[in-house]
Amino acid sequence: MAKESVFRSYYTVLILAFVCSALIGLTAVGLRPKQEANRLQDQRKNILYAAGLYEEDKSIEELFLPIETRFVELATGLYLPEDQMGVKLKSKGRILTSDEDLAGLRFIEQYSPVYLVKKNGQLSQIILPVRGKGLWSTMYAYVAIDSDLTTINGVSFYEHGETPGLGGEIENRNWQHSWQGKKLYKPTGEMALKLVKGTAGQNPYQIDGLSGATLTADGVNNLLEFWFGEHGFKPYLFQLQKKDKSNG
Amino acid sequence: MADSKKELFLWPIFKRNPIALLVLGVCSALAVTGQMLTAFVMSLCVTLVVAFSSLTISLVRSHIPDSVRIGIQITVIATMVIMVDQILKAYSFELSKQLSIYVGLIITNCIVMGRAEGYAMNNSPVASFIDGIGNGIGYGLILMSVAFVRELLGSGTLFGFEILALTSNGGWYVRNGLLVLPASAFFLIALLIWIMRTLDPEQQEKN
Repeated sequence: MAKESVFRSYYTVLILAFVCSALIGLTAVGLRPKQEANRLQDQRKNILYAAGLYEEDKSIEELFLPIETRFVELATGLYLPEDQMGVKLKSKGRILTSDEDLAGLRFIEQYSPVYLVKKNGQLSQIILPVRGKGLWSTMYAYVAIDSDLTTINGVSFYEHGETPGLGGEIENRNWQHSWQGKKLYKPTGEMALKLVKGTAGQNPYQIDGLSGATLTADGVNNLLEFWFGEHGFKPYLFQLQKKDKSNG
Repeated sequence: MADSKKELFLWPIFKRNPIALLVLGVCSALAVTGQMLTAFVMSLCVTLVVAFSSLTISLVRSHIPDSVRIGIQITVIATMVIMVDQILKAYSFELSKQLSIYVGLIITNCIVMGRAEGYAMNNSPVASFIDGIGNGIGYGLILMSVAFVRELLGSGTLFGFEILALTSNGGWYVRNGLLVLPASAFFLIALLIWIMRTLDPEQQEKN
C-alpha cells in the first residue's frame, strides 16, 4: 500500500485525470468523422422510415435519390432559393422568448431543411424535422405529411434520452404506426393534434398516449404545438396550401 | 480463494457467479435481455471493461493512495466505458442506439467496481485480468440464458432469425407478451439461481 500523505493523494488524482482525459479526448476526436457519418446515415434512414419508403434490402443512398432537400425560412414559409443553399445556415437564427418557447428549444434557426417526396412530378409527401424537450432530453423526430398538408403519413423519433421502456417507447414502431392518418389542422386552420391518455381510437386529432410516460408525452405535445404553430412550419404549410389553390 | 489460473477463470462462471450468487448487475440483466444480440454485445462490453479496468487498477495498485482509491477506480472504469461507448457509436451505430444508456451504466455496474475493489487492489495484474474475464463471462452467461428464453418465447426469434413463426406474421406461435417486458427477467433469473443452487448446494445460504 502506498504511503499516505495529502500531497500524494492530490498528485495521483491529477495524473490520473490527465491521462484519462487525454485517452477519452483522443478516442472522441479520432472516431468523430465515423460517428458523424453514422448519424447522417441514421437520419436519412429515419426520414425514409417516416415517409414509409424504407426498404431493408436497398441501400439508403438509392432510396434517398428521389427525395429533394430544400430549405424553408420558418418565419415567412418561403423556400430559400436553391443557389443560396451552400451558405452556412445552421448558425443563423434567434433566441426564443419564454412565451414562444413551448418545446424548450431556446434557439430557433432561421432556415430549416424540409424533404420533399415527389411522384411523377407531383408533391406527394413532405417530411419535416422536429425536436423538443421531453422529460430528460431533447427528442428528435421526422414527421411525414401527406400532400393535403394536414394528414400525417408517418413519424419517426430517432434520437432521445428518455427512460427506456417508458418514455423511450416513443421509439416503438407500433406506437409510431398509430400516428398514421391523424390530422394536424382542423378545417378552421387550428392546430389540434394531441396525445391523450388512454386510447384515442378513431378520433383524427388524438394519438394514444404512452403509459407510464406522462412527462414525455407532454413533451411530445409541446413539440407538436410548437412545430406546427406560428413559429414552426405553419406559415410554410399554409403558404403551400395557398399556392396549391391558386394553381388548381 | 481460487489458487490456479484455471480455477480463477472458472470460479466466477459457475461457483461464484456475479449475478446468480452475488446478485450484482441485475439492472442491466433486466434491460438488455430482450434480444440475444443486445445481450451478447452487452456481455462483450462488460467483459472488456471488467478485464481491462481490473488489469489497469492492479498495475497501479501500489501507487493508489488508500484515501482516494474508490474515486480512482471509478475514474478508470468510467474512462474505459466511455471509450467502449465511443467505439460502438463509430462501428456499430444500430446496436449502440439499442443499448442506449445501458452502455454508460456499465460504470455503475456493481460487478466492475466490485472486482476492482475486491480483487484487483490486492492481486497481480495477470490474475486480476483473468478474474475480470471470468466475471464478464459469468455475467454474460446469465444474460445470454435469459435472453435466449425471452427472445425465443417472446418474439419467436433467436439473434433476429425466425425460429417460431408468430401468429401476427401468419404462423402458429402465439407470443408470450410478458417475456417481451423487462420485468420477466426477474422470474428467469430467479429460476436460474434456483437451478444453480440445486446443482451446487454449497451456494445455498445457511440459516
